[in-house]
Formats: sequence, C-alpha cells, structure tokens
Amino acid sequence: MSGKSMMEESAIGLDEQMGATYGAGRHTLKPDAEHESQILEVAIGPQHPSTHGVFRMDVQLDGERVVRLKPVFGYLHRNHEKIAENAAYLAAIPYTDRLDYLCSMTNNWGYVLAVEKLVGIAVPERTEYIRVIMAELTRFQNHSALVGFLLQDMGASGTPLMYAFREREKILDLFEAVSGARMMCNYLRFGGVRVDCTPEWLEETRQLVGRLPRFVDEFERLLRGNEILMARTQGVGVLPRELAVSAGVTGPMLRASGVNYDIRKVDRYGIYDRFKFRVPLGEHGDVYDRYMMRVLEMRESIAILEQALKEIPDGPVQDPKTKVRGLRPKVGEAYGRIESPKGELGFYLISDGTMNPYRYRVRPPCLINLTILEDMCLGLSVADVVVTLGSVDIVMGEVDR
Amino acid sequence: MGSEVMEQELKDLKVELSKHGIFTTTLEEVYNWGRKNSVWPLTFGLACCAIEMIATSMARYDIARFGAEVFRPSPRQADLMIVAGTVTKKMAPQVVRLYNQMPEPKYVIAMGACAISGGPFRDGYNVLKGIDRYIPVDVHIPGCPPRPEALLHAFITLQKKIDAQQLRGAGRARHLKAETPSEYPVPDFGSHDLEPTHNDEVFPPRPESPFKVLP
Amino acid sequence: MSSPSIDPVGVDVSAEAIRAALVKGVPGCEATVVENGSPSAQHSLLLDHEHAVEAATFLRDHAEFRLDFCSNVTGVDWPDKEVTEKVKVTKVVDGPDGPKEQQVEETRKTLIPGYLETVYHLFSMEKKHGPVILRLRTANRGEGNHLPSLTPVWRSAEFQEREAFDLFGIVFDGHPDLRRILMWEDFTDHPMRKDYVPPEEDEPVMDDGCAPGSSAEQGAAGQ
Repeated sequence: MSGKSMMEESAIGLDEQMGATYGAGRHTLKPDAEHESQILEVAIGPQHPSTHGVFRMDVQLDGERVVRLKPVFGYLHRNHEKIAENAAYLAAIPYTDRLDYLCSMTNNWGYVLAVEKLVGIAVPERTEYIRVIMAELTRFQNHSALVGFLLQDMGASGTPLMYAFREREKILDLFEAVSGARMMCNYLRFGGVRVDCTPEWLEETRQLVGRLPRFVDEFERLLRGNEILMARTQGVGVLPRELAVSAGVTGPMLRASGVNYDIRKVDRYGIYDRFKFRVPLGEHGDVYDRYMMRVLEMRESIAILEQALKEIPDGPVQDPKTKVRGLRPKVGEAYGRIESPKGELGFYLISDGTMNPYRYRVRPPCLINLTILEDMCLGLSVADVVVTLGSVDIVMGEVDR
Repeated sequence: MGSEVMEQELKDLKVELSKHGIFTTTLEEVYNWGRKNSVWPLTFGLACCAIEMIATSMARYDIARFGAEVFRPSPRQADLMIVAGTVTKKMAPQVVRLYNQMPEPKYVIAMGACAISGGPFRDGYNVLKGIDRYIPVDVHIPGCPPRPEALLHAFITLQKKIDAQQLRGAGRARHLKAETPSEYPVPDFGSHDLEPTHNDEVFPPRPESPFKVLP
Repeated sequence: MSSPSIDPVGVDVSAEAIRAALVKGVPGCEATVVENGSPSAQHSLLLDHEHAVEAATFLRDHAEFRLDFCSNVTGVDWPDKEVTEKVKVTKVVDGPDGPKEQQVEETRKTLIPGYLETVYHLFSMEKKHGPVILRLRTANRGEGNHLPSLTPVWRSAEFQEREAFDLFGIVFDGHPDLRRILMWEDFTDHPMRKDYVPPEEDEPVMDDGCAPGSSAEQGAAGQ
C-alpha cells in the first residue's frame, strides 16, 4: 500500500498549513473539564439510507464522536429457521436464496453441502465445476456491488454504484439464462444442479469473464489514489488481528486484518484445491484494507473462473440414483460451511430420521462480523461510522434471517 | 349521458385545435401532469426487493425516464413509499410511522409477494401478512422479487392513477377530502403479537364466507 | 474431506482425543462423547456446567489444539418425550390347572424429561483444523434453563448466545449483555421451541368486491 505513505506525507503538509491559520491545529475540540459536552443519544436506522437495510444503531454521541454504539437487530427476522424446520429438506433451498439476497448461489451451496454431508451424497465432476463457476460469479458481483455501496456511503453518489451495477446486470443475465431468475436462482440440488449449462452459455460466460479484468482496472483507476477516498478510509475503523479472531470475524474482513484464513483453502470443499489462486491479506485492518480486499478478491475470482471455464469436463450434472425429493437422512447431525462472499456461511442440521430437519441453523457471517462493530466505531465521528459499517458488508436478510 | 357526450366533443375539439397549432388544457390536467412526472420515492428498502428497486434506478432500467429517480432519504420530502420487501412485525410500526410522516398527496406501492401478503414467509411468527393491514396501498406488484420491469409497470400504473385524479367534485382524490385521514394508528408491540393485528379502517374484515366447510 | 477432524499437520482433534486431553488437563471435568450416526461422523463432547468455562479456556489456549475460533453457537430444544415400548414380561397367571408362568406383552410408557441444549462449533484459525463440537445441556426446560456463558472465552458467542436466549429461552450466566436480540423486548415467548404456538390470527381477507358474497355483490343483489 504505497498510497498510504504518500497520503501521510500530504496530511502532514496539510496540518502545517492549517496550523498556520488556526494556531493549535485541528485537534483542539477534545472535551475537557472546562467545556463539558452533553451526551446525545441518536438512533441511526432502521430507516436510514446508509444502514444497508433495516439495521439500527443506538448511538451515544459526545459532540460528533461516538462513545457508545449498540446494534439493534430483528427488523428483518423472518423466521427462516422455523419455516425450514417445518418443511422438507428440498423446500429449504428457495429460502436460502433469500438469506443473503445478493448471493443466492453461494447460499444454495452452503446448504446443499451440509445436506450432502448429512446424507453422504457424492457430486459429479461437471457439477463441481459448475458450482465453482457460479460461486465465483456470485462473489464477483457481490464485491462489485459492495464497493459501489461503500463509495456511495462516502459521498461518491451515483457513479461508482452505476458502474458496479452495470457489470452486475451482465452477471445476473447469465444467472437468469441458466436458472430462470435474476436474483433468486434456486439452482443447486443435493448431489447436483437443477439443469445443465449449455455450451452457448459457457461460451458467453467465457466472453464476459474475458471482459471483467478491464472493468476492475477501470474501477480501480477511477478511485485508486483518490485523496478523499484515502482520507476517509485509511486508519478508520481499525480491527486488530487478535480481536478479529476472538470475535469470529470471517471473510474479507478477517483477511484485511492479516489473518490467513480462507475456507476455500482450509476445507478445500468442492474442488477448490485444483485451482491456483492467491488469498489477499491486509496489514492494517482499516476500511481501506477492507476495500482493497474486495478489489483484489475480484481479480482472484476472475483467475479461478478462467481456469474452471477452461477445464470444465462433459458429463452428467446429477447422478440419477441420488434421491433429491423426500429425503430421510439417518439420525445424526452435520455442519457444513463454505466461504461465502461475506465470510463463513455454515449450516448446522440435526436429523431425527423424518422428512424435515429437526434443527436447522444458519451460521450467518454478517451477524457475527457485526459483533465488533462497537469496538471499531468508538471514538469515530458519525460519518466514519457509516463508512465502517459499509465496509463490514452486511445484508440484513442474513443478519436477522 | 349528456355530460359524457360533451366531454367527448371537447376532447375532439382539443385534438382538432392542436392540429392548427392551438393548444388548450385544463388546470387539472396540468396539475396532474406535473405531479405524475415528478414522483419522488422514499429511500426505503426492507429486504430482497430493495436490491431490485436499486437496480431499477440504475443505468439499464433507468427510472429517471419517468421522473422518479430522486430518492429522498426523509419521508417529509417524499411522495411515494415503495414497500420493497418483507415487513416484519418488529418493523411494521416503523413503516406506519414513516407513512404518517409523509406529506399529502402520498402513494404506496407494495412491491413483492411479502409486502402484499407475507409471501413465502407467511408462516413466520414475526412476519406481517401484508402491509395493507395498516396502510392503504395504491399498486400491488406480485413477484419474488418482481423484476425491474415490473416495478416500472407498477410505476406507470400509478402515473395513470394520478393522471385520472379529479381535483373537485364528489369523485375528487383522497388527499383533497378533509374527512379522510392522512395518518393511521401505529400498532403497539404486544406480548405475543402486534396490537391490533390489523386496522379495520383500511382492511375491513370480510363478511362471512359463502363457502361452507362440509363436515 | 474424507476425515475432516484430522488436520494436515497431524494433530488429532477427534472427540475422543479432545476428551482425553480435557480429563487430563482440567481436573474434575466430566466430558462424554456424543456419537453422531450420520455419514459426516462429526462426534461431539458433552461438558458439565461447572467446568465448561475452564474447559473452553483450556481448549482455546492449548498449544496443540489452539481452538481460537468459535464459529457457530446454537440452541436446540428437546421437549419431554414419551416413549412407548412393548416389553415381554413373565407373569404368574392363574389358570385352570393352578398358577402358571406365562409370557405376557405389556406396553410400558416412559417419560424422558426434556432439556435445552447449546452446541458450539470450534475451529482453529492458527492450526486450521476442526470442527470440535461442544454441547451443554440444561437440567430441564423450565426453571433449570441456566447454562454457563462462553462469551468471556470467545467473543463471537456474544450475539449468538443472545439469540439462543431470545429464541430458546436459555439463560446464560456470565453473559455481559443478555437481552432479546431478534424479537422485541416485551415479547414473552421463545418461538424456536418446539411447543411454541404462534398467535392465532383471525385471517381477514381484503374485501375487494370481487369474491362472491362480498359487500359490493350484496349491494348489487339488493338493488
């Protein structure tokens, strides 16, 4: 991050200039005994343009600085777990689409993986490749949308989000062509996928993937080295490594704090051990690192996509002997997890030998990544809280389920 | 019957005049034309449908073509509330309160199956079975989630509705009648459920069903 | 993926190995292996209440296990269960030839008392192995719904234990901030319990005048 040192230098220069005008500089507004300030309580949300859904933060402010922040959840608690416990195993797949509604394909995969572990289903070769292609396309569009939203939170109103959604629409077109739905794909099945991809679809995907690096370049060129972006993100919302591990933070947010933990590498689920890709790591754990993590992961996703599209074999996408409907797993339990674009998405299933799961639990990465929101935001100004929250990448459908 | 014939004659006359370069209009037409082409929605996303709502405002679908790209963060500046997504019981009082805070004339689009009836989550213990239990809804869009085109269609439907609203007479628009309420009671959190579970004023209970369940 | 509990370095983190280490490292700790019959073979460890926090700290700081990442915390409800079984009993029956031993089938009902359970899925970010699964069980589903909180050991349990408190009614002693998280404060039930009855709603259907028997139709019939 060479941009950082550049920025620090220029910040010092700025301080000296300001010092000439304002005497002591910018940091004289700290509360002291003489100037006692009142604590102001503000509820940010649940209807607020920058809370990314119906999230609420009860914030106590000392002037502009946050002294206490309590997140309030449940405004989108739509009882996913209870509904799934009263339904057959297969019937839960469309509900998983609506968990993290930006990435339905990876949600499908997490659930399907848990059921495959519970029952012991093998997956055909071609399906494994299709799943990887879908997951990486999902990751790409999620990260591009997130970067757009994050920059929108910083005041880059419109343009970055427009760029992000332009690319996202192209990926959604591919999803629609293969599954029939733009967002709620409902595509994966136990031991397979619902329908095979046509050769034309694969060719179209190849062409799109060929164009994606240009988009990332453009996106980066638009903002890399932008002084406002760096001033707003560097050193803001720092998450120390130890706290991140203890709080169970996962995904790009954990890696931005410098912990090398990517479930694609650790568990090697699916066929991720066949692809060459790097895991980007941050050093400072601030908003800027989290932003860069997403941009770098987009590049790695393209690398995986290129390999998968080159190597995808012909063959069946589902073993006809695999039972998909009316599943009755043996008494037991299983925990399956994948690296979703947000972090570790886990599904914990207990079977009592009947048609529907006895216990169905979603381990939501977004909710657990919010555990340390208060720690990151203390002492920041309200505007920085908005940016810090944006960099966590939350989707309320998954936080509240 | 007489007035209808006269109205038709007036319309024909207007068309005929416009061919000669003379344009006539009424205050009602100009007023409604202005309103329908500058409907400002409230930035208010609840769940999945909100993403499609954002997609609608982006370059490909471009709701700006219809003058509705100005999403306002404050209900005080908004004309249209797009209830985009599942309304949970915990969220319902806030939705009603936001509706109450919007100035008249105001319109509501219920976007998606959840906002209409609870949709796939209808069986949930915390899910409200449709926002029209508490506030009046102008346009419903089915779909889970509805495509951006569907939202545009709903929006055009709303524009037609606005265009047809009368300014005076017995059939004048809702917001011009002094006796119709502009605010609706906000439900309270009870120990098991919301209290009351619906507002009889906007959601009257249906008379007894003619279909009898045979023993 | 054939054996998820053994990591590439070779530290055995199977439930049996963890149990052996716990019994040795935490004096007085009672740990029982709970078998899992599914093909996933993820066996778990049932801990006693008194030593749970100590055992969790031990596992977190153990040089070989280093289970520093508590991924998933969840509640499970096991209501009272009545098991009916048919048992063959030998009884002395009075017959025409005097008392005689005879095999009689008898149905016996046994009530298995219910309990609430918390399940913790642990992984190691440092050693990259797992999962190790811990279970804690309450005495019953009524007053004895208390469990020790593991939030002081793993911060990630904070919101998830609150969720188990909210939805299952498990009270975690030692939790820093135990409040309802998903439902509102005045809500009195625990909806994820198996015996939860959702509020009965009179299902009013919108009277849009289209259905037969609706107000509009009745009005038309009256004219």
